[in-house]
Amino acid sequence: MQPPSWTARVSPAKDGRAERKSPARTPASQEIARILAQVPDPEIPCVSVIDLGIVREIEPDRVIITPTYTGCPATIAIEQAIRAALDARGFGGVAIETTLTPPWTTDWISDEGREKLRAYGIAPPPKGAGAASLKNVAAAECPRCGSTDTEEISRFGSTPCKALWRCRACAEPFDRFKCH
Amino acid sequence: MNALATYALRLGDDSLILGQRLSEWCGHAPALEVDLSLANVALDQIGQATHFLALAGELEGRGRDADALAFRRDVMDFTNCLLVEQPNGDFAQTIARQFLFSHYQELLFAALAASKHERFAAIAAKAVKEVKYHATLASDWVVRLGDGTEESKQHMIAGLDWMWRFADEMFAMDAVDAAALEAGVGIDKAALKPAWNQRIDLVLADATLERPASRRPVLGGRRGHHSEHLGHLLSELQFLQRAYPGATW
Repeated sequence: MQPPSWTARVSPAKDGRAERKSPARTPASQEIARILAQVPDPEIPCVSVIDLGIVREIEPDRVIITPTYTGCPATIAIEQAIRAALDARGFGGVAIETTLTPPWTTDWISDEGREKLRAYGIAPPPKGAGAASLKNVAAAECPRCGSTDTEEISRFGSTPCKALWRCRACAEPFDRFKCH
Repeated sequence: MNALATYALRLGDDSLILGQRLSEWCGHAPALEVDLSLANVALDQIGQATHFLALAGELEGRGRDADALAFRRDVMDFTNCLLVEQPNGDFAQTIARQFLFSHYQELLFAALAASKHERFAAIAAKAVKEVKYHATLASDWVVRLGDGTEESKQHMIAGLDWMWRFADEMFAMDAVDAAALEAGVGIDKAALKPAWNQRIDLVLADATLERPASRRPVLGGRRGHHSEHLGHLLSELQFLQRAYPGATW
């Protein structure tokens, strides 16, 4: 497994010094990042919580996460999985906090995460599309045969973050990660 | 409860009751895709409710959390608008309710995302992305049923005709709304009406449907005056906490 391309952030020091952004200065944050890169999403276990962009900040004493969808039932499971992983590696004192701002977007899914999704059979969302292109979405690329001769069957799929598509070329149905 | 807590409570109650209603379709919808869609919309609504009710509890400051507010209040303490508690009826009636509500909710959250209160703004900014899907889904079905067969058209007309009388309540402003607006937290709901009308009319035209005749609006949900339907809904929603108070797992 490759090391995560993660930049740990350090909170402003109490004496008001400017925020530093140097992962080398915070070995604890780096270690936490490495642990979280091994925590899979409970619904889509091919990607980690880091790949999905759920983890927003890592500090030596706390991890800040954000839900994908407000009603996603995996939100609690994700927090529990992160808790268990941190506890198991001796980071029981690290708090997990949740934030809603800024709202999660599929643009935060890493390039590596997109490739993992495709290999898993889920068409990844186009980058930079956001929710603006809700109508007239460009055809998804079939994760099995690569054809773009595809059609949407249902905008709501097996989880809140996926839509149901079908490939006309190879006749396989597949999930598409919604632009969000 | 103070005005801001009540403001959050109303937003949470609208989402909670609609989410519970929609979840009644689980396993009963006309097609698998529709079943998934309605369950997804229900989940989004319940997620929003969790955030707004938690906020209401914090603003109230009496130690009640989202679960306490959802499961341990009686029917007259609920502040949802009457539209969301209307029974599902047939599929067209459910779609009519969703159509009228989701377009309102999308406009509401888009405006509320600019609230001075960062918690209200954060929940709204997140939820508006989800509600866009709901509005699109409902609009697509209004067109499909309205411009479908003679049979489906009649069902769509009847569904809209029933739900229409509850639409005005969504835009009604009272003392709580005025106080929230004054504080820079809430929004002017009445001002959303022209944009809502425009959206509704566009879809109705596409669906070859007439706008339902205006009738006297039915109000009272915000003050706890509900139809008998809400009591039945709560008896299911709150069953476990009523039978086993404080139960956890």
